[in-house]
Amino acid sequence: MSRLQLKDYDRARKVMDGLYLDTERKISGMPPGICPVDVVLTFLHISQTQSCGKCVPCRIGLEQLSNLLRDVLEGRGTMRTLKLIRETASAISDSADCAIGTEGAKLVLKALDGFSEDFEEHVRHNHCISKHQHPVPCVSLCPASVDIPGYIALINEDRCDDAVRLIRKDNPFPSACAYICEHPCELRCRRRQIDAPLNIRGLKRYAVENAVDPPQPQRVPSTGKRVAVIGGGPSGLTAAYYLSLMGHEVEVFERRKQLGGMLRYGIPAYRFPREIYNREIESILSVGIKAHTDVNVGTDISWEELDKGFDAIYIAIGAQTDNKIGLPGEDAEGVISAVELLRGIGDGEHPDFSGMNIVVVGGGNVAMDANRTSLRLGAKKVTCVYRRRLEDMTALREEVTGAMAEGVDMQTLMAPVRIKVEDGKATALVAQPQLTGLIDRAGRPAPYSSDEKEVEYPADLIIMAVGQAIDSGDFEAAGVTVKRGRIVAGLDCKVADMDKVFSGGDCASGPSTAIAAIAAGKTAAANIDEYLGFDHKISVDVEIPAPRLRNKDPRGRISSTERPARERIADFGDVENCMTCQGAKAESGRCLRCDYFGYGIFRGGRTDQW
Amino acid sequence: MVNITIDGISLSVKEGTTILSAAKSANIDIPTLCYLKEINEIAACRICLVEIEGLDELAPACTTMVEEGMVITTRSPRVRMARRVNLRLILSQHETNCTHCTRSGNCKLQKLANDYNFIGEHYQREYPNTEDYGSPLFKKDNRCIKCMRCINICSEMQTVNVWDLIGTGSHTRVGISDAGRLLDSKCTYCGQCITHCPVGALSERDDTGKVFNAIADPETVVVAQIAPAVRVAWAEYFGVKPQDAQAKHLVTALKLMGFDYVFDTDLAADLTVMEEASEFIERFTHRDKYPMPLFTSCCPGWYRFCKGQFPELVDNMSTCKSPQQMFGPIIKTYFAKEKGIDPKKIFTVSIMPCVAKKEEMLRPGMDSAIPGTPDVDVVITTRELVRMLRGENINPLNLVKTPFDELLGKGSGAGVVFGASGGVMVAALRTAYYLITGRNPDADAFKDIAEHGHLKTAEVDVPGVGTVRVAVVSGLGNARKLLNDIKAGMVRYDFVEVMACPGGCAGGGGQPIHDGEELASPRGEILWNIDKQSNLRFSHDNPQLKRIYDEFLGEPLGELSHRLLHTDHHSWKMPGEE
Repeated sequence: MSRLQLKDYDRARKVMDGLYLDTERKISGMPPGICPVDVVLTFLHISQTQSCGKCVPCRIGLEQLSNLLRDVLEGRGTMRTLKLIRETASAISDSADCAIGTEGAKLVLKALDGFSEDFEEHVRHNHCISKHQHPVPCVSLCPASVDIPGYIALINEDRCDDAVRLIRKDNPFPSACAYICEHPCELRCRRRQIDAPLNIRGLKRYAVENAVDPPQPQRVPSTGKRVAVIGGGPSGLTAAYYLSLMGHEVEVFERRKQLGGMLRYGIPAYRFPREIYNREIESILSVGIKAHTDVNVGTDISWEELDKGFDAIYIAIGAQTDNKIGLPGEDAEGVISAVELLRGIGDGEHPDFSGMNIVVVGGGNVAMDANRTSLRLGAKKVTCVYRRRLEDMTALREEVTGAMAEGVDMQTLMAPVRIKVEDGKATALVAQPQLTGLIDRAGRPAPYSSDEKEVEYPADLIIMAVGQAIDSGDFEAAGVTVKRGRIVAGLDCKVADMDKVFSGGDCASGPSTAIAAIAAGKTAAANIDEYLGFDHKISVDVEIPAPRLRNKDPRGRISSTERPARERIADFGDVENCMTCQGAKAESGRCLRCDYFGYGIFRGGRTDQW
Repeated sequence: MVNITIDGISLSVKEGTTILSAAKSANIDIPTLCYLKEINEIAACRICLVEIEGLDELAPACTTMVEEGMVITTRSPRVRMARRVNLRLILSQHETNCTHCTRSGNCKLQKLANDYNFIGEHYQREYPNTEDYGSPLFKKDNRCIKCMRCINICSEMQTVNVWDLIGTGSHTRVGISDAGRLLDSKCTYCGQCITHCPVGALSERDDTGKVFNAIADPETVVVAQIAPAVRVAWAEYFGVKPQDAQAKHLVTALKLMGFDYVFDTDLAADLTVMEEASEFIERFTHRDKYPMPLFTSCCPGWYRFCKGQFPELVDNMSTCKSPQQMFGPIIKTYFAKEKGIDPKKIFTVSIMPCVAKKEEMLRPGMDSAIPGTPDVDVVITTRELVRMLRGENINPLNLVKTPFDELLGKGSGAGVVFGASGGVMVAALRTAYYLITGRNPDADAFKDIAEHGHLKTAEVDVPGVGTVRVAVVSGLGNARKLLNDIKAGMVRYDFVEVMACPGGCAGGGGQPIHDGEELASPRGEILWNIDKQSNLRFSHDNPQLKRIYDEFLGEPLGELSHRLLHTDHHSWKMPGEE
């Protein structure tokens, strides 16, 4: 044997690496709703397999932990078993020599804490609380439970009008979601188990762009009941839309000049073209909603008037004001908030940034919007300063890469310290270089200051994009319970201790996604209808194409493409290209039709009405 | 039409046809296990797999629709291998102790295993040994093959949702959706899950031993009553045609076994008619005083359903006990007195097409003859009766006819049709009409109401009191729809008959099981024919019944009737009822 030999990347390793990738896909395709005890046992098996076998806690302990978990799963466990699991796992985590043992045991401890009810139900009643609440992963994870396999099947048959009508059954904003939805539906798409999740949002965009004229449903006869909706954003308009279809008289009160909420005043036109949004809002209003803009509840119309004049009230005022982080110099001239900038643009006020050096503070979607908007307003240079790493940014991946492609300079691990002010005017952002540190409870590593010197970013304008706040003061004064700025409402959108008041969307949940706000509007509509003494059902007469058995060869996901960066920064036109007919056919053909195959055919993969 | 080829045979079938039906139309048998037409079409067991040209995986024939040009192979090495493996996997979780299973010889899994010529075992056996023996409906988890039929029967057809999948992954099993034990659930004991179980996982509690013990005791006077629907089904397992195995043949069989007296529940049905028709007239003519419509109460499954699911409508229920529960106290009072037998020595056995009656006999108030002693001592199903006959080597084919015993042995045609959906209504209307007008209507005047279907409604003109709006429904899912409509004020009726089992007692949960066949309708037809050929078609004309009223009860709804034949709806509670 020679003294040294090269490591051979042999066939066995290639196959093994392939298997690991398959397993990763398998895990990412975990259906929602499975038994946590079972899941932990499965992952524990992985740790057992990984063990080198040297140390006692890992070699024997993980095996015994598995046995104990199996006892719990199979109805042989008692409360004593749970205690023993905890003791054993703690000891392994304390005493194993390497990460294989400690991490395997910690997984069990985490599950014991996080799912104590599930564990106890197993040992007390040999019963499992977990249920596949909805057999279809995408529908299950869509906050508004949109019939995703249904509309994908319709797109596959090029029935785009029907696809849009089907979406509207659960979500009156198919266009908005076609452009800007964060698509939680794709997270556990079963197709991940084969290759990659479907491009669901991309397909929806194809549907809305190719729909000719999908008619809105007819309103049922008037009930004579009056509902006031405060806030004309996605949540308010969703509630208004369904309540109007249910025959109630709905009036929307919007503080700003135009309807649309943060999708107009927060999302730039290059992500969601205005004319499309305007058309969508018009279509929503056409079901009989009366909308008042430029009306502020509390000043222009009093809470008492609403209380007296309406049978129910839905508060959906969003989270539209900016946050301050208390940075010295934050109030100086030359410092604005991203919320302010985007709000002005929403009303058509385009400031001129020609030749300017812009610094944006933040790493969320709003920061990316501010970055990319600044470029389009003519900025010479845009620098994005963020205190964590690129991968820690909360903005969508495609927003970050989009901004970088357009020329935004990402300065990460730089914590803003103060704003340098000369003659009352901001001239630079001063930042302290950071190191990435311990992972916090949310799973992101917390940065901490390094010993390096502060860095200065000269700026003609500093844009702060550090979060949004809720302007709920007027409502608190009127007696609505508010906690840390948020309106306190249950999962049924009912406001605590107030008979006829409902609330949902960002103002109740804190800043979140459009689809979550839409889901709140839908939920509120159903519960307001019930509160008013009715049981109107929302349904649609679209027949879903029958599923067919198809071969499931692994096949690449058809991702959406974008216009060339250099071309798109010159205007506020749409960045993303729509899928072609050919692309949509192929991509929709990848759908595994979980509404039918698997659990769907047994438990019904579809909610026909709500 | 769609053109396809199955096993080389070209055929043209309607669009929307499954491969299974298409194959059947070409006389090609594809084995199935979990499949239950229109109830459980979920492709779970993967036994009906076939090969389709161009498709990588095998496809289930039960749910895959034919497509133009499909080339299907139902017999191939791949198909055989997959079916065999899946069958062996199912068997690995099924306790194959067939000698101790009442479904032996009538088990879909056993037949498939035999057909596939299994020798030796390949997989480790693993099944839970849990069981639920707390109620008249037994569940043995070591036999359950998770075909999900019971879940769909209970949730889709009966809308009671007792059964559900518990747990996920490999640990998935069928359990009680909202309770640990059946006893604590809202189960109606209709028994439809039993008659649709392909194996022996679900069964009625076997009470045959109690009957044999009573017969063995020389001191005990063992009295049987035979429900209407039993007479058209008891000989099915023996392959004997109903005309060759009538009620009178069964009387002979029971006497051979050692029963002292055999009576006809038809007479108790006539008694029910007298009481219920009188109750209806009272309510109908004083509509402002009573909740309307009046619901029939002779089906204990329906009774539990109403109490569990629509407690607000319980007072619409007739206070009449079911025929078997009327018969019990009549036997232990009137008959005992007439014959001079100490009622404490009488042991009454109800032979019923029903599982729910096993629960009914234990309800409070079902001890009206001798307080503390049940009016009905034991209820056995038609299936248990068959097992007793087999154990005693009695074959219906070799029997002569023996009339029912005197005093309680004559039933009218109206009593016989209690065993079919619509029969109670027809029988009650015949008598109500007579009680109001003083003359008999045409016995076939109300036949329309009994036409088979999910819901039948009619308006019957009764001279003197006006139009009576009646509805007949069977199957609890259909009942739920009707009750919801009644509650919502969308429909109005005066008199409603409900049977828990689709088609009524003829399709009862205690009847012989023929997998994949629904026999309620043909059995019911025979009952209607018995009625048609009867020379006694009106309950109130029954001479033995008249004698009971004249010499013992007095008037319908009288004091003694009230004590023996009627019940208090609020004397007991359903699980979860407040």
